[in-house]
Amino acid sequence: MSQKVLLSEKEINIILHRLACQLIENHLDFKNTVLIGIQPRGVFLAERLKKLLLEEYAIPDVKLGYLDITFYRDDFRRGDKPLEANKTKIDFLVEDKKVVFVDDVLYTGRSIRAALTAIQSFGRPFEIELLTLIDRRFSRHLPIQPDYRGRQVDAINQEKVKVMWKEQEGEDKVYLINK
Amino acid sequence: MSELSVNHLLGIKYLNEADIQLIFETADHFKEVINRPIKKVPSLRDITIANLFFENSTRTKLSFELAEKRLSADVINFSAAQSSVKKGETLIDTVNNILSMKVDMVVMRHPNPGAGVFLSKNVKASIVNAGDGAHEHPTQALLDSYSIREKLGDVAGKNVVIVGDILHSRVALSNIFALKLQGANVKVCGPKTLLPKFITSLGVEVETNLRKALEWCDVANMLRVQNERMNISYFPSTREYTQQFGVNKALLDSLDKEIVIMHPGPINRGVEITSDVADSKQAIILNQVENGVAIRMAVIYLLASKIKQ
Repeated sequence: MSQKVLLSEKEINIILHRLACQLIENHLDFKNTVLIGIQPRGVFLAERLKKLLLEEYAIPDVKLGYLDITFYRDDFRRGDKPLEANKTKIDFLVEDKKVVFVDDVLYTGRSIRAALTAIQSFGRPFEIELLTLIDRRFSRHLPIQPDYRGRQVDAINQEKVKVMWKEQEGEDKVYLINK
Repeated sequence: MSELSVNHLLGIKYLNEADIQLIFETADHFKEVINRPIKKVPSLRDITIANLFFENSTRTKLSFELAEKRLSADVINFSAAQSSVKKGETLIDTVNNILSMKVDMVVMRHPNPGAGVFLSKNVKASIVNAGDGAHEHPTQALLDSYSIREKLGDVAGKNVVIVGDILHSRVALSNIFALKLQGANVKVCGPKTLLPKFITSLGVEVETNLRKALEWCDVANMLRVQNERMNISYFPSTREYTQQFGVNKALLDSLDKEIVIMHPGPINRGVEITSDVADSKQAIILNQVENGVAIRMAVIYLLASKIKQ
């Protein structure tokens, strides 16, 4: 197993600022926009963006929810391991809202497909966008593309992209791991 | 660990503590789901479940059916009253006929103790016991413990008294197994005629004085007097039973603490508990019903995830 660093802490920081600015370009004051972090790993990125929008760009009260997609996945009973659920926490309706899905890595697109179904349980959004830190190019199984991407990466299937967060792993870093 | 240790839910007796915690954690997620504007998830859309009820039931049957539908499973219902069972068909034949229509799971209530165990050994499907005679009613015990956990934070170390007809009660037996497994202290209370002779071998204490039992407990689970299962007289009259083992508001108010009142339903109002107790804030009877759907969704989801494609 070998691993190399794709993004350092400094690079991640620059990218987060750029993503925040791109969000502001499209959503201005976020009055009608909600961020939805996809469980389990998307919520760290979503929380970071919310914090950045408040502290650096003085946009308060950005609505943020956590969406768990376990019960909407299309591989129930197909894998060896049982699927483990996480907490969904959305204490607002998304009816007529602009929703931005936030996830760390976009790979096959299946999680986002499940999220598109799952979010309907909370109303009919006006529109849905997708923000990912890492976009693994040429590996999509479904016609799903991000609207905001941190970094595009070419990785082959045996490789794994792992995003680490200070809150969870103690460092901000993105690794490319060769299994 | 994120998988049940069993392939069927036949009774609490066959579960371990980790199974119960897994069911509770999964039920937490489903409780959030059933409080959404759209209360449905597509997980089980390729699973078909047969509800076989050889004995009357309203609450349990509705609760199971709702749980199945909220998981998007296909559901077929069967009640013995309108079936070929009346023509003399055996249980295995009945179930195998249903299974040949490609059914993956069977939820069964049956008047004979052990019917679920028997079925699980003879047919190829996941079996969920929805009550077998006076033996077990595992999902009821799970939702009772889940309701205690929700109300008091934890089940371990809590004092729980089960009051009433212990002899005929599958709810009592499953509850005793579940509560002991989670480290609660359990007493049973009722007329001596309705307490099984060897009940203390299950690690529970017997208390025949209701007042003393209530003073000791954090939770009182009031069972229904099951007149339909009594072909002889176990106590002189309903009035006398109520006087000795019925809970009323005056009795509750005279205790120096506020205890939690549970009832598996259906309530005989004015017999085991009075109306003002059943409708009081201390009673979590309707929470139990709500939690029942979440618990059954969790059980079905976890068992279904073990069915191989």
